[in-house]
Amino acid sequence: MQDVQSTQDTVRPKRPLLAWFDVRSRKLGSWAFALNRLTGLGLVLYLFLHLVILSLLLRGEAGWDAFIKLARSPLFLLMDAVLIFGIIYHGLNGIRVGMVGLGYGVRAQRGLFWTLMVIGAALLVASIWLVFTI
Amino acid sequence: MTKEITFKVFRYKQGDPAPHYDRFTVPCDENTTVLIAMQDIRRDQDPTLMLRHSCHHASCGTCGMRINGKEELSCVVKVLDLGTPTVTVEPLENLPLISDLVVDMTGFYQRYTAARMPYIRQSEFNPGAEPPEGIDRYTRYENCIECGLCLSACPVAGSDAEYLGPAAMAAAWRAVEEPRNGDGKHALNWVDNEHGCWRCHIAFECSEVCPSNVDPAAGIMNLRRKLTGSSLLRLFGIKR
Repeated sequence: MQDVQSTQDTVRPKRPLLAWFDVRSRKLGSWAFALNRLTGLGLVLYLFLHLVILSLLLRGEAGWDAFIKLARSPLFLLMDAVLIFGIIYHGLNGIRVGMVGLGYGVRAQRGLFWTLMVIGAALLVASIWLVFTI
Repeated sequence: MTKEITFKVFRYKQGDPAPHYDRFTVPCDENTTVLIAMQDIRRDQDPTLMLRHSCHHASCGTCGMRINGKEELSCVVKVLDLGTPTVTVEPLENLPLISDLVVDMTGFYQRYTAARMPYIRQSEFNPGAEPPEGIDRYTRYENCIECGLCLSACPVAGSDAEYLGPAAMAAAWRAVEEPRNGDGKHALNWVDNEHGCWRCHIAFECSEVCPSNVDPAAGIMNLRRKLTGSSLLRLFGIKR
């Protein structure tokens, strides 16, 4: 690759993470981009949390039963709802990003986003209903 | 009707410990643009205020700024249309700051010309019109006015100072789409790396702020489609 001159601004240095999440005055694409990263980081964090929770099984029946009691509390179920939102959003927006990122549906990306979000909202409502009623 | 508007203007001079903002009050009527207001400040209140401008009609691309946090050509933004009592004016982002509202565009222009895009394109207007004798077909200039608004708005450019950026890659796509006497393969090879089209994270802000409807995001995605297609063909041993 031909060398390109760096565009680094030493007077106004940027923190990459802040650049990703700074959505002030930005449009739909940036909000979708930032939320995708936020849910992605959340899901990675959850994966480790999940493994930690599974390790409770090593403590035997008593340790696991205590956790199950906690998992049925309303606060925990609310956290489940947040988790489901993250999974649904990241998955559906991922379909859009995958399609558009390979050059398909680029000009329809906005409509594609809202269509997938409507599907996602329906899935989220149904999931939350199941979480709180089963 | 004239209204007093406060401008909160980004200030920085070489050697200053840090940038700061200065406030100026300027009488604005319904025709006052942000660029005119900046020139009024420079003429009447602070001759040290630095800014770039030229044509005053959105053709030259030199007066790009961040106005109330959004990238705009200041020559066509009417102050009263913004509807805010205070208007914040800042230089473009993701380019080295020189002074006040002026950034160093060298890196931007270097990338843009490296794509080797021909500056004229086949005209899509009046497709049925008969060109005059001696002219094969109508051509026109490319849309991009090289203002740099797209690079400033891009969140990825904020995290990778070697990123080729939306304008340069839109130019690369034009070189692939309509190579004229050039070679589109050069442009494809140029963008096929970690600082090129694969770095884009599809925020579409470049296309949102583009004042010339270049749609750089679509150009970047088209480059990806082309490169993916070529890779798949190579995978199955088909050469093109």
